[in-house]
Amino acid sequence: MSSVEGLVTQIQGRSSTASDVLLLQNLLKQADDSLHSESTRLLPFLDQLDPSMHSLGYLYFLEACTAGPVTKEQASSFVLIIARFISSCVAEQIRLAPDKFMSVCKRFKDQVLLLEEPLRGVAPMLTAIRKLQSSTEHLTTLHPEFLLLCLLAKCYKTGLSILEEDIFDVDQPRDLFLYCYYGGMICIGQKHFLKALELLHNVVTAPMSTINAIAVEAYKKYILVSLIHPGQFSTSLPKYASSVGQRNLKNLCLPYIELANSYGNGKIADLETYVQANKEKFETDNNLGLVKQVVSSMYKRNIQRLTQTYLTLSLQDIANTVQLNSPKEAEMHVLQMIQDGEIYATINQKDGMVRFLEDPEQYKSCEMIERIDSSIQRLMTLSKKLTIMDELMSCEPLYLAKAGRERQRLDFDDFDTVPQRFNI
Amino acid sequence: MEGVEDASNPMMEEMYVNGIGGVDEAPSSSTSTTTRKNRPIISGEQLDIEAYAGLYTGRTKIMRLIFIADHCDNPGMQLEALRMAYDEIKKGENTQLFREVVQKMDGRSGPNYSMDATWCSMVDRKAEQRKEKLENELNAYRTNLIKESIRMGYNDFGDFYYSHGALGDAFKSFIRTRDYCTTSKHIIQMCLSAILVSIEMGQFTHVTSYVSKAEQTPEALDPPTVAKLRCAAGLAHLEAKKYKLAARKFLEVGPELGNLYSEVIAPQDVATYGGLCALASFDRTELKNKVIDNINFRNFLELVPEVRELINDFYSSHYASCLEYLGNLKSNLMLDIHLHDHVETLYDQIRNKALIQYTHPFVSVDMRMMADAFKTSVAGLEKELEALITDNQIQARIDSHNKILYARHADQRNATFQRVLQTGNEFDRDVRAMLLRANLLKHDYNLRASRKL
Repeated sequence: MSSVEGLVTQIQGRSSTASDVLLLQNLLKQADDSLHSESTRLLPFLDQLDPSMHSLGYLYFLEACTAGPVTKEQASSFVLIIARFISSCVAEQIRLAPDKFMSVCKRFKDQVLLLEEPLRGVAPMLTAIRKLQSSTEHLTTLHPEFLLLCLLAKCYKTGLSILEEDIFDVDQPRDLFLYCYYGGMICIGQKHFLKALELLHNVVTAPMSTINAIAVEAYKKYILVSLIHPGQFSTSLPKYASSVGQRNLKNLCLPYIELANSYGNGKIADLETYVQANKEKFETDNNLGLVKQVVSSMYKRNIQRLTQTYLTLSLQDIANTVQLNSPKEAEMHVLQMIQDGEIYATINQKDGMVRFLEDPEQYKSCEMIERIDSSIQRLMTLSKKLTIMDELMSCEPLYLAKAGRERQRLDFDDFDTVPQRFNI
Repeated sequence: MEGVEDASNPMMEEMYVNGIGGVDEAPSSSTSTTTRKNRPIISGEQLDIEAYAGLYTGRTKIMRLIFIADHCDNPGMQLEALRMAYDEIKKGENTQLFREVVQKMDGRSGPNYSMDATWCSMVDRKAEQRKEKLENELNAYRTNLIKESIRMGYNDFGDFYYSHGALGDAFKSFIRTRDYCTTSKHIIQMCLSAILVSIEMGQFTHVTSYVSKAEQTPEALDPPTVAKLRCAAGLAHLEAKKYKLAARKFLEVGPELGNLYSEVIAPQDVATYGGLCALASFDRTELKNKVIDNINFRNFLELVPEVRELINDFYSSHYASCLEYLGNLKSNLMLDIHLHDHVETLYDQIRNKALIQYTHPFVSVDMRMMADAFKTSVAGLEKELEALITDNQIQARIDSHNKILYARHADQRNATFQRVLQTGNEFDRDVRAMLLRANLLKHDYNLRASRKL
């Protein structure tokens, strides 16, 4: 009893300067076990602490408090406390105990889900990420949790703000898999198919030693998205993909591969019968909606192909070649595509003709120049990063040791600069 | 010409393996070509089977006749072909083929062409004896280790098997002579035999390898042999659907070929195969330089005026008449043992080439006029053009409303901008993905390293 009260006084006294906080952390670490054993009666002590000043101490108490199973009623009070803590805590202090912070946040997520109000978790979780990450390139464990909340709360736009940042530092591979998978789903929801494809591609080609369920599900979505957006899918993964993935992914997603083959044939009727026949499989995978989008994208693809060959074409002919039922339907499709900027065309309703135009972009406008310029800037920073990474890699003892060991097997001249054996 | 052959010596009859037999054939065939010159063999009319068969000798004649019988719809023609095959087989000693033909005729040609069991058993018996004799001889040679004799022995065996239709055994026997070849002449003889048998077997990979083997012999080859090898190589390329290479080989065939290779190919065939392959695969300049201005090949083309005419028509852009010639030739080409598989592809390619060439010089083309020139409907032409444009073989777009084809000149500047932006995006994406993967690998590696420690 007295130890907890003593701890509270310690926390109150030692939260102002950086050196004190370090001392405090040692104290708290030692007291962690006892805190956990007394977790049930810690709640009142929280009121004696100020989350914005005594962030570290508050964090330890909060973590101990929430460790046990919680009921719905408890959860709603905890959610409030944790949300307040997240918004007011000091980043420097909580970064001293990232594990504690992450577990508090994870429990927060669980409680929000328990209450079935994912929307309440979105904003605090975003703040938590911002406070926890050292730079925007850092992927924390909280990223996937946040994206999951966004998905469940259907606030995709908030999720996109995180996805726009480039991620390079990864703590746990599992985080990345989930982050990319959820991120892919959010982008699909927002119809940012290119970005979705990129994220899913990262999952599919990520190095892995054993096949995992996230990668398999991601591969299914990857197939569907690549059919919707670029309109083609090659069954072979790039050679930098892990050998495990190359060997197994295809066999685990056979209905999808079949779908892609059927899509490649360009026959809309075949595709529809195939989808109908395998509807249950897609439904159990929760991919039926995406599959339907694949089917409708085929009409678009076929219409787009016509723009390559024709200058003018009657709506009737379009309906015939694209296998639509009526010219009216063809008109709706063409209209929709013109609105979406997917084709450039004008419809002449009097004659029932469509006139396909060239892309009006002349690459002369200021915006275009700016866009190109920003692209160049971005690529320059990226390639600088690449060089730095390369330099770091060539100084890395582990790499050198490995390269040195493999030296005998390789050509002698290639590794002249590498010492025979590199010991540190 | 059949009268020249002596029925009393059936053993030696069909063994024109190396063109040796062709010597006594030459006078009769040459007379027949002179009479035939004005009479086109392949024409719009129904195939004149007798004239066609007259071009060939040996096994290929029989096989070609049987092929015609199998592939033509006209029962009269079928029977005629089978009858001629029957007669031809009777002169040889391939009883198996004989039974096949008789079965195919099914007694439709009267008692003269029925199953001749006595002949069969007689031939089979003779064959047994001959085989025994050859075996004994060969064994004797082998014990005496006389290289040349062993080679001859195997050669005889090859000839024997070949004439009896045991092509696999014949091939093996001919190949065995290889170890006993002492001069390059022998090697060439061996190669030619192997090529002949492989062509009959339809094993065209063997043909290619033995052609190159023969061409590698140190001694200069005599012109007829060179011509034969070119023909064989051309056939092999044709079967492999490498039409351009096939065309080149056929175009290189020298005039020395004459009727020397009638057990495989007739000079008319060289003209047809070469001409069609060239049309399908050559561009305009190559067509002019290598086909039309090729004096050697012109002689071959003279034998088949239709092909000559259609090549000229194609070159001078008279597509309608060119396509008409092609259309007339088609039914007969379909009956050709080597070309029939490729007729459709070659025709499609030639037609596409013609379409591309037609549109090439124009900025806009009235599709109605074009359809007239190609003897087709506007809608059909539109479909064909659409396929070609999708394939990126014609850079143009169709104005389906006014039925006009407009050439499309891609704006280089815009295309470059587009490509640059696209490449940039791809680079961006790839590098980021790569950095991420590198990080993961590093993580994984560190994890393993720390576990090891």
